Amino acid sequence: MTTRTAYVAIALATAAGWPLSAAADELNGADTAWILTASGLVLFMTVPGLALFYGGLVRTKNVLSVLMHCFAVTALVSVIWLFAGYSLALSDGGSWNSLIGGLSRLTLLNMNADTLKDNLPETVFCMYHLTFAIFAPALIVGGIAERMRFSSLLWFVGLWELLIYVPVCHWIWGGGWLAKLGVMDFAGGIVVHVAGGTGALIGAMMLGARRGFPRVPMPPHNLTMTATGAGILWVGWHGFSAGSALMANGAAGVAMLSTHMSAAAGSLAWMASEWLRFGKPSGLGLITGMVAGLGMIAPSAGFISPLGGLLVGALAGGLCFLTLHMIKRRFAIDDTLDVFAIHGVGGIVGSLLTAVLTHEALGGIGILSENGIAGQLTVQAIAVASVLIWSAGISFLILKGLDMTLGLRVSANEETEGLDISQHNEQGYNF
Amino acid sequence: MKLITAIIKPFKTEEVRDALSQIGVLGLTLSDVRGFGRQKGHTELYRGAEYRVDFVPKTKLELAVPDDMVERAVEAILKSARTGKIGDGKIFVTTIEQSVRIRTGETGEDAI
Repeated sequence: MTTRTAYVAIALATAAGWPLSAAADELNGADTAWILTASGLVLFMTVPGLALFYGGLVRTKNVLSVLMHCFAVTALVSVIWLFAGYSLALSDGGSWNSLIGGLSRLTLLNMNADTLKDNLPETVFCMYHLTFAIFAPALIVGGIAERMRFSSLLWFVGLWELLIYVPVCHWIWGGGWLAKLGVMDFAGGIVVHVAGGTGALIGAMMLGARRGFPRVPMPPHNLTMTATGAGILWVGWHGFSAGSALMANGAAGVAMLSTHMSAAAGSLAWMASEWLRFGKPSGLGLITGMVAGLGMIAPSAGFISPLGGLLVGALAGGLCFLTLHMIKRRFAIDDTLDVFAIHGVGGIVGSLLTAVLTHEALGGIGILSENGIAGQLTVQAIAVASVLIWSAGISFLILKGLDMTLGLRVSANEETEGLDISQHNEQGYNF
Repeated sequence: MKLITAIIKPFKTEEVRDALSQIGVLGLTLSDVRGFGRQKGHTELYRGAEYRVDFVPKTKLELAVPDDMVERAVEAILKSARTGKIGDGKIFVTTIEQSVRIRTGETGEDAI
């Protein structure tokens, strides 16, 4: 039984007194239908959702490069997932299982329409997890936008996927050492947002700031595109959160409702922060707060109450608003589209909050640790810290290696000309 | 012959055109331009990053008129383009040395 299915079984048993064996190896049609749908929703929130969200935020001369990054990441990670990613992340690793999965599912050839994974066809389970494996490195694109060589980006994403996402996914969802410690991560707060956000931050630091940062204004070139992408993110996130129950059940319902509340509260909180601080609420602020709310709820979505979701969102909107200014201004790190401030910080704080808001007394399903909130908080902190360090350290090594071989950045001339022309010989707009 | 160049607030364009038509101005050229005067620009905020926009959008009208119409035309623009607030714009009057209608080859005031 996967860790997430175990959570859900606990949720079911707690909520309705249903037998834990309900999640045994028997295909469930309703669950299968829902996870097929959720897989589509998560892919929808990456391409086109995230692609449009990011695409509108960069300058005209780089719009295609960012759209292309998102599509290329989707394609590349899918192929990696087939050959090795899925097997190493989510199959049993035998005596190595604490650290990494096994080789039984390499190339997916030994999986067919009749192969089951708990309640689901394994193909569906594999595809659903693939959409997460795509979304995490796609997030990184936002940190390194507008200056990275396309070839280096492909190498970085490919290696990041295999060396960071795959093991982290195994540690938490594949029965690895963090799962054994009892970490709670419902929909990827640590696996996706902490790992991806950290990768983006390290990428931004290793590449260095864009030419002109922070003196030259680099406003978004098309906020209508960004708002369109953000809307798709909100919709698609329901597949991300509610799909993570891996069943069509009450936990999925809780996840959907609390996620929705978090997004709503996040946008209102960011809007209010801007209104107070700058005198006017902005459209970009409103949707940024929404994305922060969606990110911060990921680790706890199915474990907490809708009111807890509201609380998480409100905190996300306010806190990410403050961190963003700190990273951009105080530390002058050019994380192009603020990936770490929004997803990294959201993932970290949300993962820690999970230890508190999951408590029965606060309307949650109950925490896994026998040592209460403090015990769970310790486990969550260990998980967050180790994933943060792992992602930062390995990202640094990969980028260092690429810098010494291929080179990370385009030339000054190419950067000024824009990546669309210099890397791809095409333009986003021919007016 | 004079050339009247008026820089006005974009939302006043239709009113000014109507006022000029009423006094018999037969044609004008309009362009969307950007600039600044005492109004200065404005500030835009994206995720808290502040950008000063020094040039604000304006509409530029250019019309060639016979000498005896200059005063009325300037008056019409003044009345129709004024809001009384900063940024209402400017009117410049310059002398035209020659004008030629391309289709017929007519010159001078006949070509206006």
